[in-house]
Amino acid sequence: MDSSSVGHPVYPEARGASQARSWTPGSFRRHSSIAEAVFRIVISLCAVTVLVIIGLIVFELVRQSRLSLHTFGWKFFTSESWDPVSGDFGAGPFVYGTLVSSAVALVIAVPLAVGLALYLNEMCPRWLRSPLAFTTDLLAAIPSVIYGLWAIFVLAPLLRKDVEPLLAKWLGWTGLFTGPKYGIGMLAAGVILAIMVIPIVSSITREVVAAVPQAQREAALALGATRWEMIRMAVLRNARAGILGAGILGLGRALGETMAVTMVIGNRPEISKSLFAPGYTMASVIANEFSEATTSIYLSSLVEIGLALFAVTLIVNAIAYLLVWSVTRGAPSRAHAG
Amino acid sequence: MPADLRARLLSLRRQLVDRFATLLAMGAAFLVLAPLVAIFGYLVYKGAGAIDWAFLTQPPKPIGEPGGGMGNAIAGSIMILLVASGIGVPLGIGTGIYLAEYGHGRFGTAVRFFCDVLNAVPSIVIGIAVYALVVVPQHHFSGFSGGVALGIMMVPTVGRTTEEMLRMVPRMIREAAWGLGISHWRTTLSVTLRTASSGVITGIMLAFARVAGETAPLLFTAFGNQFWTWKLDQPVAALPLQIFNYAISPYDEWHRLAWAGALVLIVLIVGAISMVRFATSRGVMKGARL
Repeated sequence: MDSSSVGHPVYPEARGASQARSWTPGSFRRHSSIAEAVFRIVISLCAVTVLVIIGLIVFELVRQSRLSLHTFGWKFFTSESWDPVSGDFGAGPFVYGTLVSSAVALVIAVPLAVGLALYLNEMCPRWLRSPLAFTTDLLAAIPSVIYGLWAIFVLAPLLRKDVEPLLAKWLGWTGLFTGPKYGIGMLAAGVILAIMVIPIVSSITREVVAAVPQAQREAALALGATRWEMIRMAVLRNARAGILGAGILGLGRALGETMAVTMVIGNRPEISKSLFAPGYTMASVIANEFSEATTSIYLSSLVEIGLALFAVTLIVNAIAYLLVWSVTRGAPSRAHAG
Repeated sequence: MPADLRARLLSLRRQLVDRFATLLAMGAAFLVLAPLVAIFGYLVYKGAGAIDWAFLTQPPKPIGEPGGGMGNAIAGSIMILLVASGIGVPLGIGTGIYLAEYGHGRFGTAVRFFCDVLNAVPSIVIGIAVYALVVVPQHHFSGFSGGVALGIMMVPTVGRTTEEMLRMVPRMIREAAWGLGISHWRTTLSVTLRTASSGVITGIMLAFARVAGETAPLLFTAFGNQFWTWKLDQPVAALPLQIFNYAISPYDEWHRLAWAGALVLIVLIVGAISMVRFATSRGVMKGARL
C-alpha cells in the first residue's frame, strides 16, 4: 500500500445523495484528512523511535567509554592486566574467553544443528516433523538463567566426574584438556552455549535448506542417487553459504550471551590453554562488576567492553544476514510451515 | 572380480553410507533433545517439591532461616513486565504498521535494518545503555528502568511480526473497506490490523516470553530487592534475578528455592508459547478483538 491511496475519491453521486444526512462529504473529507495526517505522524514517530533508541544506545556507549578509550587506546584489547585497585585495565582475558567459549560452542553446535535440520526437513516421517520442530523451538525459549542453573547443578558435575577424565585420557596430548578438573570452566561454558545456540542455527539451516529448489532434489534422485547422495549433492551444495551464515548467526548469539556463561565459566581473568581451566568473558565481566565499579575509569572500561561487544555482534550479524540472504532470496520462507 | 558383483558391492556400499548418514542425523536430533528433556526433568524433579503457598506469597527469609519464598520477586516481575509491555507493545505495533503501510522507501528499509540490529544487540549492552539513560539521571536503581530495558527489547520482535502479519492480509479486504468510503487510517486499524490480530498477538506473546526470562538487563536497572515493594521508582525484585542470586549462593536452602523459581518461570513462558501455538493452529483467535 502506498500513500497515494490516502485521499481516495468521493463519488459525485454520493455527494448528491448525502444532502439528507447530518454530515456533508466535504466536512467528512476534511475531518478525515486531519485524522489521516495525525495517524501518519503517530505511526511515523513509532518508527523514528527505533532509530532514536539505537542512536541513544550508541551515543551513551561511546560517551561513557571515552575516558577508557583515551587512557588505554587499542592496547586495551590485548593487555592482560585487570587491576581495579591501581586503575590499570586491559580486556585481553575477556576477549580470549569470549572467543574461545564461542568457538567451543560452535564446534559442538553446528554439526548437531545441521544434522537436526537435515533430519527434520529431509529424512523424518511427516507426523514427527511438527512436534520435533516445536520441541526445538522450546529449547530456544528457555531463559538463559535457567540454562545456567541447570549447568551449575547438573552439567558441571557431569563434566567433572564423567566427561573430563575421559577427555584428559584420550585427548590430553593436545594440551587442551589438561590440569585440574573443576567441572566449572571454559568447557562447561562452551557446552551450555552450544545447547543454547543450536535452536537458532538449526532453524536458519532449515530455512536455507527449504529454499533449495525441489527440482534439484528430483534431478539427483532421477540420476539414481541414494537419499544421502541427493542431500550431499543437491541440498548441501546449494545451501552451504546459508549454512555458514546460520553458524555465524549462532556465533553472534554466543558472543553476547551473558547469564548462563557467567554462572559456569568460573570468572577468573586468566588466559589458559586448557579448556578445563576457568575463564571470563566480556559479557560476564560486565554482569559481575558493573554495579560495583567505584572509580570512573573502572566504569568506563566496562562500558568500553560493552561497546566492543556491540560492534562485534553488529558486524557478525551483518555478515550472517548477507550469507543467509544469498541463498534464500527469491524463495518463500518455508521453514515454519512444517 | 566379475563386473556384476563389483556393481552390486558398490551399490551395497552406497546404501550403507546412506543408512549411516541417516543414523547420524537421527543421532544429532536425539542429542539435541536429550538436554531439553534433562532440563525439564530436573526442573520438575527439583522444583515441584519446593513450591508451596509460602513460596508464592512470602518474601525471602534471611540467610540461615528456612522457609521464605519469592512472592515479592513474582510480583516484581509482573510489575516490570507490565511496564515493558506498556512500552514495547504500542511502539512495536506502531513500527510494524509503519513498515507495512508506509515503509517502502529508503527510510522504511533503514527502520527494518535497525529493528534487526536492535534484535541482535546483546541484552547486557541494553542494560548498560538504560543504566546511563534512566538510572543515572534518577540517581538510583528502579523497577521502571528495568521495564524500559525489557520494553526496548520487545520492540523489534513485535514490530517485525506485526509487519509480516499485516502484509499477509489480502489487498482485497482493504479495497473492500475503501470501497465503503472508510478512510485509510480507519481501514488500517479496524480492518487490516483486526484481520491480522491473531498473528500480532502471537508476536506479542513471543516477545513477552523472550523478555520474561531476561536477567542481564535487569542486573543494574531493576537491581533486585529482598522486601516487598510496589513502588516502581525503587529497586524491585524480579524472578530471574532472584534465581540467579540464589543459584550462585552457597546455601542448599537457596538452591532449592532457585529450582522452584525456575519452575515457576518456565511454566509461565511455556504457557505463553503453548497458548500462541494452540491459538494459531486452531484459529480460535481469528475473530479476536484487539
